[in-house]
Amino acid sequence: MSRKIDKIGIKIGMWLFLYSEIILFGGLFVLYAAYFYKYPEFFSEGGKELNRIIGAVNTTVLLVSSFTVAASITAIQRREKKRAVGCLVFSIFCGVIFLVNKYFEWGAKFHHDIYPNSETLLSGEPGLNIFFGLYYIITGLHGLHVIAGMILLSISLILVIVGKVTESNYAMLENSGLYWHLVDLIWIFVFPLFYLVL
Amino acid sequence: MSEIQSFYDTPAPPGLTGIRAWLLTHDHKRLGLMYMWAILFWFVIAALCGLLLRTELMSQGRTIMGSELYNSLFTLHGVIMVFLFAIPSVPAIFGNFFLPIQLGTDDVFFPRLNLFSWYLFMFGGLLALISLFSGEGFPDTGWTFYVPFSVEVNSNVGLTVMAAFILGMSSMLTGLNFVTTFHRMRDRRMGLMQIPLFTWSLYATAWVQILATPVISITLVLVVVERLFSVGLFDPDKGGDPILYQHLFWMYSHPAVYIMILPGMGVISEIIPVFSRKSIFGYKAIVWSSMGIAIAGSLVWAHHMYTSGMSDVSVFIFSLITFLVAIPSAVKVFSWIATMYKGSIEMTPPFLLSLLFIYLFSIGGLTGLVLGAVGTDIHVHDTHFVVSHFHFVMFGGTGFAFFAALHYWWPKMFGIMYDFKKAYIGSVLTAIGFLFHYIPMFILGMQGMPRRYYDYLPKYETGNFLAGFGAYLLIIGILIMFVNLLMSFRQRVVAPSNPWGGTTLEWTVPSPPPVHNFVEKPQILEFPYDFTEVIERTKMVKGNENQ
Repeated sequence: MSRKIDKIGIKIGMWLFLYSEIILFGGLFVLYAAYFYKYPEFFSEGGKELNRIIGAVNTTVLLVSSFTVAASITAIQRREKKRAVGCLVFSIFCGVIFLVNKYFEWGAKFHHDIYPNSETLLSGEPGLNIFFGLYYIITGLHGLHVIAGMILLSISLILVIVGKVTESNYAMLENSGLYWHLVDLIWIFVFPLFYLVL
Repeated sequence: MSEIQSFYDTPAPPGLTGIRAWLLTHDHKRLGLMYMWAILFWFVIAALCGLLLRTELMSQGRTIMGSELYNSLFTLHGVIMVFLFAIPSVPAIFGNFFLPIQLGTDDVFFPRLNLFSWYLFMFGGLLALISLFSGEGFPDTGWTFYVPFSVEVNSNVGLTVMAAFILGMSSMLTGLNFVTTFHRMRDRRMGLMQIPLFTWSLYATAWVQILATPVISITLVLVVVERLFSVGLFDPDKGGDPILYQHLFWMYSHPAVYIMILPGMGVISEIIPVFSRKSIFGYKAIVWSSMGIAIAGSLVWAHHMYTSGMSDVSVFIFSLITFLVAIPSAVKVFSWIATMYKGSIEMTPPFLLSLLFIYLFSIGGLTGLVLGAVGTDIHVHDTHFVVSHFHFVMFGGTGFAFFAALHYWWPKMFGIMYDFKKAYIGSVLTAIGFLFHYIPMFILGMQGMPRRYYDYLPKYETGNFLAGFGAYLLIIGILIMFVNLLMSFRQRVVAPSNPWGGTTLEWTVPSPPPVHNFVEKPQILEFPYDFTEVIERTKMVKGNENQ
């Protein structure tokens, strides 16, 4: 079809999709709210066991990568292809750092016998079990979204290099960027709810 | 006369031939038809499951199957009917086919995403089929997958739940597509209050699909996670709360009821004015009631849980909001009736089916109030009364609206007309069978027969026998209806572009429509249900005949 590309329409579609993602996590946050109300003291106890430094580092990493993704879009608009490629590579690299940190964090917890259905959690307080259960499910699902976001950014990166994404047609890059911001945004909520709780 | 090629002869994207012209198509009309055949297949399977269930219940004790098969079968019936028939039926078939035409455009906004949704739908159905014949067999949890049973049972819950997850995604992407199309592809000259009511109802539905579906997705994911890792989020031993599962489940699944019924109401709002030759009564009220149902319907989920253990205050509030939903629904029913008042009625099969819809849906709605009121609900909770109530809404409502839509748009989709007489016989038989089938269940429920039970006390035998008898009438009626529609392919009585005298845009294009829908720029009416021209035309034809 030889219709003119409707950029606003594409963006509406993307925003609706992002909205559905927020509600997907919203279901988990509802669970968090209900259980936080039930076990406030164990949530604060569990929160102290999480490594705040790694959490803070990861927050920074994601925020910086969000900035570089936004910068890459501006670079494309200004026809600075090299800079756009650089920004994108850096953003994907940030995603890798985030996942590596997450790996060590989860690994350390596993080492202390804290994982779903582990002895320590089963014999311990139910409130703690719920806290760590939610922690693993929410950060796990978030991790999957980080991976999905990295795949989207990589596709955009290839399209930029091949020259399919240009200053006049950068919807793919922009939408991948929006998705990446969403991943970042959800983490902004996850971080205080688990690491900084009380 | 220069022949205009229909979309059957023009593949989109161009160059595709044979089966690939269908499987790789971006054309919303072809996709609508592909949905239709798939959904009809599922409908027949699930209806036969239902028939077997009622046959089993016709007499006490074992009749044709054991209790375990019975449990699996009612789960299968529920899962297919909900996820593969009721939710996708009207939006995916008729929405895909007619929403772009009614908006005066050539396709949906994201045609490739539309194709992707169809593949997701087929893949979800395939997973459901696989889960039937692999592992420990089909789940026997009921379509609600309540914990703790769904987490602990050995049957193939995981796979079935994944199927439901994928079907949910397909329905959500369709909704996303419709909302974007509605806003960005609509003919520029068509204002908000000039949009046909069917499209309005799809718009309201699409929002519910986008807002509610992710909640069921995450809930189903949690069921799988619990089965794999036993985190214990819903297990009281580990600090979880099983009631929370029910909340999450109904947060989607109650709005899903409106995903099923709203498009059906939209169909009826199209058919009633056309065959009354009179402008729809309360156009704006119907538009707003669609949106009102979508909003209020999203806030009533816990009325499924009056007996699950909630505070009295929450029970009271949810009961109150439930009653509020009845208002916009009643606005619609009264508007349809007021439309017919002093109209010039022309009886046709789609019109008859719409009348049956109004009658059956009203019974379903009114018995819903019995269930919405806390006092009476506690008496009939989880009895056959509930089964009968929601079948009146889902089958008497959505199902009959689906049949009506089939008969209304059949000539447009295929360019051929079916036999009226057989369609009447089929519809009436279906309705009579329906009443025979479900009225006894109301009484059984009032007498205390629980739903989903394999066996019952002797005093329930008469009612169950009658219901089973009705089921056979019902199935025969549907069979006549479907066979009659299929026979039209053989007789090939060519239908004109506007056989009914409709005023919405789909009746201004040839039957079946060409690939870009409109041959010339569509004329947007000041008001979509303005019949002056149609009436003038009929008068002229009649006048010519008299001379």
